[in-house]
Amino acid sequence: MSIALAPLGWIGRAVLTALGAVGRVTLFALSALSHVLRPPFYGREFAAALAQIGWLSLPVVGLTAVFTGGALALQIYAGGARFNAEAVVPQIVALGMVRELGPVLVGLMIAARVTSSIAAEIATMKVTEQIDALTTLSTNPMKYLVAPRVLAALIVVPALVGVGDIIGIFGGWAVTSGTLGFNPSTYLKNTVDFLQTWDVVTSLFKGCAFGGIAALMGCYYGMNSGRGAQGVGRATKGSVEAAAILILAANFLLTGAFFSV
Amino acid sequence: MITLDSVSKTFGTNHVLRGVDLTIDRGTSMVIIGGSGTGKSVLLKCILGLTPPDSGTITLDGQDVTRTDRDAFLARFGMLFQGGALFDSLPVWQNVAFRLLRGPQKRPKHEAREIAIEKLRRVGLTPDQADKFPAELSGGMQKRVGLARAIAAEPEIIFFDEPTTGLDPIMAGVINDLIREIVTEMGATAMTITHDMSSVRAIADSVAMLHGGKIRWTGPVAQLDSSGDPYVDQFISGSAEGPIEAVR
Ligand SMILES: Nc1ncnc2c1ncn2[C@@H]1O[C@H](COP(=O)(O)OP(=O)(O)OP(=O)(O)O)[C@@H](O)[C@H]1O
Ligand SMILES: [Mg+2]
Repeated sequence: MSIALAPLGWIGRAVLTALGAVGRVTLFALSALSHVLRPPFYGREFAAALAQIGWLSLPVVGLTAVFTGGALALQIYAGGARFNAEAVVPQIVALGMVRELGPVLVGLMIAARVTSSIAAEIATMKVTEQIDALTTLSTNPMKYLVAPRVLAALIVVPALVGVGDIIGIFGGWAVTSGTLGFNPSTYLKNTVDFLQTWDVVTSLFKGCAFGGIAALMGCYYGMNSGRGAQGVGRATKGSVEAAAILILAANFLLTGAFFSV
Repeated sequence: MITLDSVSKTFGTNHVLRGVDLTIDRGTSMVIIGGSGTGKSVLLKCILGLTPPDSGTITLDGQDVTRTDRDAFLARFGMLFQGGALFDSLPVWQNVAFRLLRGPQKRPKHEAREIAIEKLRRVGLTPDQADKFPAELSGGMQKRVGLARAIAAEPEIIFFDEPTTGLDPIMAGVINDLIREIVTEMGATAMTITHDMSSVRAIADSVAMLHGGKIRWTGPVAQLDSSGDPYVDQFISGSAEGPIEAVR
């Protein structure tokens, strides 16, 4: 009897652990957002986070987008040729980049680049007692470390997504007009005529959500890091995994919410 | 006055503090001695609320520290961490002036910098170290920057976790004098952890020895040599033989 029930016990424990983790992350997120709204505000830290998350991510975002846009155009051209639909390349590249690939790829690149660095930095501060030192110097780490990074990500990642969308479309445009013989100005006209405001709004909204997830996961894993170098390593790895999975899951849910008929 | 009443702290199965009772009078210098890993650093962190104790009460001037306003409470304290805990993203002078650059004690930047340089001077560091980053300093220099940061805002109560560890004997003497001065001239209350017996004699008004998670002995520094406690005697003589097992 007890052997038969043991798996139930494992499942129960796993579910409880998972629920506990969800609860802790949710509380952390709420606390972080509440600190974003209440003074004191640390302007210098916010500016540094804007530069780190936004400006310094531009090269990575741009390269990711241009290659993806180009590859997308090639694929759609080749695939479309099977039923004489090569002409829809501009529309599909625009739709694919703006609605899905732009936000998702930028989100994942931010998870790789920003979440990991936030987690490693905060975890190192935790391990070397710098977080304790902040507290004793009457500075709330949630305000000084977490709030500026989360706010910066919420603001700047949508902008990165916008840039990624444009560069991705440009990548498709460059490939098709360069090698596939498309008329460059017709391509751009088709793109602009086809895209709707709603497509762009949802794209930027996804960017905002993914930026928030990326920064929050970095901060959460960093603040809850274990001891020593191993603790920092685990925190960094865990933060990127969690951010990437949550971004993909959120993308699915948001796409469902925005575009289900 | 700080009082601890049966303060206990456990990490997993590791019972670090098992009922610590201790009183530190205002304006006096208390030194905590005890073997490595007995929980001295944890004790200071319990008082500051960085690792909340599992049970027991800690009061400051008769008020339970868990019930006071955290910001006002922490504003009275300065702390030198055992590992320095300097912010490695900030230059040395901004580390020292951290409290003076933000929050209620905020001053104009040039004033904060002047105070920082003055505090650095007091711990034996020259102004040209002020613009370096902590990673560019030696271990002993980092320790002294941490000390300068702890005293920069002239707190009422200062905790020093091994202030002279890693310093040369002369610099250790300078730091001992500085701590003594802060207590006698500024009337601060100091709680210092140290393994250095000459430091104990230079700094302390009273001494407490932590062993087995409890205060084994406490008394004025003058009675340290005649405590009659075999644990204390072994500790101050540094002998491997005695009631404290050196090899476990
Ligand atoms: N955050 C923590 N998590 C788990 N265990 C801890 C933590 N902090 C301290 N400990 C444990 O508590 C015990 C006491 O540590 P503490 O740092 O207070 O020692 P100490 O008396 O200051 O020693 P030393 O003189 O070597 O600095 C150690 O066994 C340590 O492993
Ligand atoms: Mg210690």
